[in-house]
Amino acid sequence: MTTAPTSVITVGAAMFGDAVAAQAVPVTSVDWRPPMPGTEADLATVLADPLRRDANARALAALLGVQASLVDVALASELLGLEPGQFLHAGPPITWDRASGPLRGALMGGAALEGLVEDPEDAVALFESGTSVSLDPCHHHGTVGPMAGVVTPSMWMFVLEDPATGRRTHCSLNEGLGKVLRYGAYGPEVLTRLRWMRDVLGPLLQTAVRATVTSAGPVDVTGILTQMLQMGDEAHNRNRAGTLMLMRDLAPAMVESGADAADVAESLRFVGGNDHFFLNLAMPACKLALDAARDIDGSTMVVAMARNGTDFGIQVSGTGDEWFTGPAQLADGLFLGSYGPDDANPDIGDSAITETAGIGGFAMATAPAIVRLVGGTVPDALATTRRMHEITLGENPRWSVPVLEFQGTPSGIDVSRVCRTGILPQINTGMAGRQAGVGQVGAGLVTPPAEIFPAALAALAGRTRARG
Amino acid sequence: MSTHVTTRPGAYADSVRLLQVSRTVQGVPGVATAQVAMATPLNVEVLEGMGFALPDGSGPNDMVVAIRLEDGAADGTLGEALAAVDEALAARAESGPSEEAAPRTAGAALRRSTDAGALVLVSVPGANALAEAMDALDADHDVMIFSDNVPLDQEVALKRTATERGLLVMGPDCGTAVVGGVGLGFANATTPGPVGIVAASGTGCQQLLCLLDHAGVGVGSALGVGGRDLSATVRGASTREALRRLDADPAVELVVMVSKPPADEVAAELREYAAGLGTPVEFALLGPGQPDLTAATETVLRRLGRDVPRWPVQGEVAAGEGHLLRGLFVGGTLCDESMLIASEALGPIRSNIPLADGLGLGADLDAALAVDAHTMVDFGDDALTAGRAHPMIDPTLRLEQLARAADDPRTGVILIDVVLGHGAEQDPAAALAPVVAGARPPVVACVVGTVADPQDRRRQVAALAEAGAEVHLSNAAATRRAVELVGGSR
Repeated sequence: MTTAPTSVITVGAAMFGDAVAAQAVPVTSVDWRPPMPGTEADLATVLADPLRRDANARALAALLGVQASLVDVALASELLGLEPGQFLHAGPPITWDRASGPLRGALMGGAALEGLVEDPEDAVALFESGTSVSLDPCHHHGTVGPMAGVVTPSMWMFVLEDPATGRRTHCSLNEGLGKVLRYGAYGPEVLTRLRWMRDVLGPLLQTAVRATVTSAGPVDVTGILTQMLQMGDEAHNRNRAGTLMLMRDLAPAMVESGADAADVAESLRFVGGNDHFFLNLAMPACKLALDAARDIDGSTMVVAMARNGTDFGIQVSGTGDEWFTGPAQLADGLFLGSYGPDDANPDIGDSAITETAGIGGFAMATAPAIVRLVGGTVPDALATTRRMHEITLGENPRWSVPVLEFQGTPSGIDVSRVCRTGILPQINTGMAGRQAGVGQVGAGLVTPPAEIFPAALAALAGRTRARG
Repeated sequence: MSTHVTTRPGAYADSVRLLQVSRTVQGVPGVATAQVAMATPLNVEVLEGMGFALPDGSGPNDMVVAIRLEDGAADGTLGEALAAVDEALAARAESGPSEEAAPRTAGAALRRSTDAGALVLVSVPGANALAEAMDALDADHDVMIFSDNVPLDQEVALKRTATERGLLVMGPDCGTAVVGGVGLGFANATTPGPVGIVAASGTGCQQLLCLLDHAGVGVGSALGVGGRDLSATVRGASTREALRRLDADPAVELVVMVSKPPADEVAAELREYAAGLGTPVEFALLGPGQPDLTAATETVLRRLGRDVPRWPVQGEVAAGEGHLLRGLFVGGTLCDESMLIASEALGPIRSNIPLADGLGLGADLDAALAVDAHTMVDFGDDALTAGRAHPMIDPTLRLEQLARAADDPRTGVILIDVVLGHGAEQDPAAALAPVVAGARPPVVACVVGTVADPQDRRRQVAALAEAGAEVHLSNAAATRRAVELVGGSR
């Protein structure tokens, strides 16, 4: 039929919109700007790929379809087959010689925790020689790690499972804020805490989670995320409500575990006093959902964003396991105590998996309580979440933002849209000290290095052309 | 350095806010460092680490304000710092939730819209058009692409996608469309009626619209398909979809297909397709030996059983002294039509869009005007619009060349088109009239427009005629008159 358009969306010259509006037809004008330099030809190739639309629809549906459950807590040695001397770390692959201060500090502390060295300082020689130790990204082992993300064999891990497929992801237990291993601190208090987590907290959580799974079924982590997003958490820099809901679900089994009452009380005090405890469940839940969207030919959806303190890397559904990396950026935010920008290390951690899945910085609008953490205002937070809709494939109907009329969180970062708009994913993050051993120095906002998106686009275009 | 530590029992602000307050106070000139925090054990440790001694008895419910001044800080610095603490603690964002920013892509606009009947109109640079147009197709919407310089393979990709999804791509390089009575691009304001147009040519479509309008016949829809749609590469993908839609519209009694002659194999396919439709299709194919647009319009009128009017002319010019015809067009199809007509009487016409190999002028306009031969230039051609607006929007380039042609003693007649309609320049005659009035050779103009157009055809014609031009509605008639003025009449 040739019925009149009921509205017209104009992209380009404003006068055409004016001429349509003069005919009493509603007009929406797109605020178009040129794409990132040098991307025009690759954009045309990728956008004209006949596989793309369906591939992206499948990738988004896969991301949104996963319901992550907490099914177990177990040792990394058992779950991942890690042997002493094997270390996992956050971000894309890296070697000791390129590792930043906080990653080195965490590796040194991890070596001491595993008894490879007595004094963490002695681990430097161990890693420099490299003969008895190896480094591998968490992401290559179904795992994510916040900040330095160092995982050693004797660390206890949350086990999340997709009940539909049995796929699993893992994450270590959160140590709290301040001087902690994941921020690169390795002092005696850090190791003391890690040993207590190894000897007391981990076994207790294992007993409690297993008992809860038996009596009430697995803990619905995706469901807790749904609720916490309506309670002021964005699940990256604010996990307060999620942490308390997790405690609500596990506390009865912890109390009934038969463990020493003082240990139970200390564990509850530790979890309840650590607002970030749930982050280490939010992250593997996000990875579990994003992994379901991997390896779809033609899909331009980002399935991982991760940083190792030196490089920022992304992986894309349509380009397999290839990492596209660029220099990690410095966050802009607020500093603890007398720390300042000179003390901060570039961006680090796998926690940007939350933004990749559409929460964290992408859900800033739902967490007005922390907007000042990043030097922003409530309107900035609303604008940030709305802006992320420009670069995502769709909305998550499960994770909604009340203040935006319950609009779903922006989900599925599209490499092509990032290149078209120049809008970079917004990440909320903690800042580690530049020097090994310092710990946390602040928190703020950061974006990926822009150039990794055109690089990923070029790889997608290459695959499209090769397919003919 | 002097250090000041005070507690404010019972005062509370969250830690994040206090971090921000601390940062504000640290920025006060003369302040070496400052920390405003609740006296929790962690913060007490931080404060002590910074060298601040806390009063005994401070607890987690007390706010601590700790300030260290630089040596030699001005008197009153402490007061300013404390005032900054109070101000920062009291500060509230002034505005409420912000207005939603405009969408940055067609895809984002479509996701926000709930209107299934929305049409997307793309006029970004050609190299960027596919992205926006594909957004429309991805969301199952029709799209009109005004942009030119879109690579041919991208046009093919867009139309292949649209065909798979039953969608219509109008363009690329589609200057004009009327969809269900709504004018898009450079469309003229006409009343709806029994004719449906499928046009591979924007200005050809406009000539038809305006001639039919003058004859009192309305056009319900004029669907542009882009100048390359009937090439052997694109194979009429959009033309078929446009014909299908017009055929399905019960208000359409007759479809007119306006185009240059298609590639032979495409022409055959198209005629076969048209023969299978319930609505008759009249082909107005502008080419050697084919009827011009005015003649095609007259055929349409006769098929509809309408009278053919006298096409209006205003003003009259006399022959000048030069011997060359200089055509300066904004409409590519109008330029084509004029070359076809003029070359019958004058022989080959040199042009930047030549009818035959060997007649090309290239993109160097100054060289074109120096040629000692009849020339016609299409200022709307892709090569001349790369990096600048279409001459129907920005007349600068043609006005410059017009002035030069008017000064050239060899010029025997100047032939121009003036194309009106939505989106076109607001008052083209105003800029043309002084050049016309000062021109030594006679100027023949064709004003393609209607009285309902924003520029008002009558006003434009009057202004040009008053400046001394002879003004036609029919481009074919204007061309024949120009040919006559350089002695080409037979």
